Amino acid sequence: MFRFLFTRIILIIPTFFGVTLLTFALIRLVPGDPVELLVGERGIDPARHAMLRAELGLDKPLLAQYAIYIKQLIGGDLGHSIVTKEPVLNEFLALFPATVEISVCAILFALAVGIPVGIIAAVRRGSIFDYASMGLSLTGYSMPIFWWALLLILLFSVNLGWTPVSGRISVLYYFEPATGFMLIDSWLSGESGAFRSAVRHLALPSVTLGTIPLAIVARMTRSSMLEVLNEDYVRTARAKGLAPWRVVVVHALRNALIPVVTVIGLAVGVLFTGAILTETIFAWPGVGKWLVESVRRRDYPVLQGGVLLVAGVVMLVNLLVDVLYGLINPRLRYQR
Amino acid sequence: MKSLRTLAAFVLIGYSVSQLADAATLVFCSEGSPEGFNPALYTSGTTFDASSRAIFDRLVHFRRGSTVIEPGLAESWDISDDGLVYTFKLRRNVKLHTTKNFTPTREFNADDVLYSFNRQWNKDHRDHKLSGGTYEYFNSMDMPNLLKSIDKVDDYTVRFTLNEPEAPFIANMGMDFASIFSAEYADRMNAAGTPEKIDLQPVGTGPFQLLAYQKDAVIRYRVHPDYWQGKADIDTLIFSITPDAAVRYAKLRKGECHVMPYPNPADLEAMRKDPEIQLLEQEGLNIGYLAFNTEKKPFDDQLVRQALNYAINKQAIIDAIYLGAGVAAKNPIPPTIWSYNDDINDYPYDPDKAKSLLAKAGYGSGFDTDIWAMPVQRPYNPNARRMAEMIQADFTKVGVNAKIVTFEWGEYLKRSKAGEHQTVLLGWTGDNGDPDNFLHVLLGCAAAKGANRARWCHKPFDDVIGQAKRTADVAQRTELYKRAQAIFKEQAPWVTIAHSVVFKPVRKEVVDFRIDPFGGHIFYGVSLKP
Repeated sequence: MFRFLFTRIILIIPTFFGVTLLTFALIRLVPGDPVELLVGERGIDPARHAMLRAELGLDKPLLAQYAIYIKQLIGGDLGHSIVTKEPVLNEFLALFPATVEISVCAILFALAVGIPVGIIAAVRRGSIFDYASMGLSLTGYSMPIFWWALLLILLFSVNLGWTPVSGRISVLYYFEPATGFMLIDSWLSGESGAFRSAVRHLALPSVTLGTIPLAIVARMTRSSMLEVLNEDYVRTARAKGLAPWRVVVVHALRNALIPVVTVIGLAVGVLFTGAILTETIFAWPGVGKWLVESVRRRDYPVLQGGVLLVAGVVMLVNLLVDVLYGLINPRLRYQR
Repeated sequence: MKSLRTLAAFVLIGYSVSQLADAATLVFCSEGSPEGFNPALYTSGTTFDASSRAIFDRLVHFRRGSTVIEPGLAESWDISDDGLVYTFKLRRNVKLHTTKNFTPTREFNADDVLYSFNRQWNKDHRDHKLSGGTYEYFNSMDMPNLLKSIDKVDDYTVRFTLNEPEAPFIANMGMDFASIFSAEYADRMNAAGTPEKIDLQPVGTGPFQLLAYQKDAVIRYRVHPDYWQGKADIDTLIFSITPDAAVRYAKLRKGECHVMPYPNPADLEAMRKDPEIQLLEQEGLNIGYLAFNTEKKPFDDQLVRQALNYAINKQAIIDAIYLGAGVAAKNPIPPTIWSYNDDINDYPYDPDKAKSLLAKAGYGSGFDTDIWAMPVQRPYNPNARRMAEMIQADFTKVGVNAKIVTFEWGEYLKRSKAGEHQTVLLGWTGDNGDPDNFLHVLLGCAAAKGANRARWCHKPFDDVIGQAKRTADVAQRTELYKRAQAIFKEQAPWVTIAHSVVFKPVRKEVVDFRIDPFGGHIFYGVSLKP
């Protein structure tokens, strides 16, 4: 296990450098000058333009810029935003809890709905429920998030009035954030109704963001369950006269879930991609929206730093999943 | 299962009462996050809404909803006969904000004015480099070259001496970058070793004071109880940052916000029909134009420029691109600006006349050119790409083959400034309501390598606007600008396309919200019906 972990951690180092190189190169390959974008139609005096570029270090050759960036990075400095002049790390830390909150809720939603649906579809293979749920999950998987989110807002917020349109909590609640996680902060604030407001605000964004993972989890659970249900040990369990639900939940599900765990690890990357759109629509102040804005404004330090931090989180989660996989899959454990 | 359903119903439904029942709280669904809270450091309207227009005052103000200048923190001012010395008499008994980390020991005075300008102007000033220290507006208004000195005559008198006469100077003093900070707060924060708070948690004299900013989510202000013009009717002002226009509209419908900017043109009809919403509209202080690069052939020829003015069907563009939310432009300044010359006749749509003029200029068989189309939506041009296609079709009818060119926005600005284009679509939104801010900035010889995308330097025109810049007398300036507009029309360095109309949907309980010609959102003077 230790050796396995060690190899995985060593592998992270080149990946990390790969990410720095890619983000650094890609954003500079895209045309656009941060200084020009800062001043817009107003324009800027050429001498001042040159001075500002020099201040931002953009006048140096690309290789030199990259070397400076890596040197800063090793020293733990992610740089300052060109637009807000704030340290990139501070901005990330202020926004990241919002993204974690929405992502965790989305995953929980996906698991809470996806696993039971997958199980029932597998057990009742060929039934109307099977066809309907798998058809729906395919639809969910292929649905454009943008459109889906607006549809949910129109139905649940505007027409039915069940949920708020956007934001993390009603603007009327005001308390100093203690953790950055609105569910926890609103609970701690002790203001009556604050927690409920936070839950209501979280509902639609979580469903939107959780839709694609839900479809993946449901389909994965179903196919993996079908495979397991045909195994000899399941037949033996049935022959022993165990109750059908016990066979399914205790004997089959535990084994069927192993591939689902891997899928969850992979889904973290998908979640971040989805978070970009979900956050923009629901005015959710997370890192997705922040990164999109940094591309538009050619805010190089924010984009480089932000992508690197997000990549770090994805790598960390995948590492955890690998460890977890080893723990829950005895075969893998014994091989080592 | 039943209890689960009950729980869900409790969580989801039990809250349908409008959340904005509190009459003293106004929520503005703003379109984006401010870059910061010091308006001198940034150039975007989003930042100005959140900073200068709520937290700060300036020496002079623009009357709410108009471009008329009125006294602000300066009660009155004198201009010397040579137009070089501006002496401002400051208002007394103006209280600064009291915040959790600052209680002022004195009222506003000349030191605050000196601090606010010297910080931007003087490179050796203690706080010049603070928060990045780029004062783009101060620089782009040419203040460093214009100012000779700023002196404190006494606690309530400040004298600005200029290097040359500049009539728009008073209007400049009303612009966002000229917002007045508290010098005492700046000293206190420096002494405490937290100078960054000067910009992050600013202290001004304005109608609202910043309470908290949750990045990308909510900005919260509370009323300044001792505001010198009287306490605002709104106790709490909230900016709920909502970047998507469709979502802003949903929030407005549901009562989650009272005012929203930048509606989708496609939603305007539904907004008009909604009894809960008032749709305010006003002509914007802007111009969308097609500039000919007069340094390149054949656009160095006035006849060609005039011909192409005749060739474009402006009304068709306004109907199709602005969806009625625009008016045809005949002058480079919008009709809301003083000195607008209404006697000018626009070039009518006349392809035959265009052809004959082209033939006269020696281009009877036409020529090849390009039309640059912006990649972004701007207040003065909702869809430049589509506009370019329509102009391209119009040009084809008179034998001119145009290729449409576009670049990423920053690149577009850079290359068009460098004069790489033959014709370019662009526009402008006014900063201070002065005609000089359009005519000199966009068409003067001094800007011919910069914001003047036509690269047009015509001495008779430049002399007239130069003279107007040096004259303080408004009647005289009006005559000069009217003459300048006539010269412009005849010389035709641009096709003036449209002034767009600005729409502002507000909920019906909002009282006396006025559309700001400068594109701002100002909540002092606004109240809510109970």
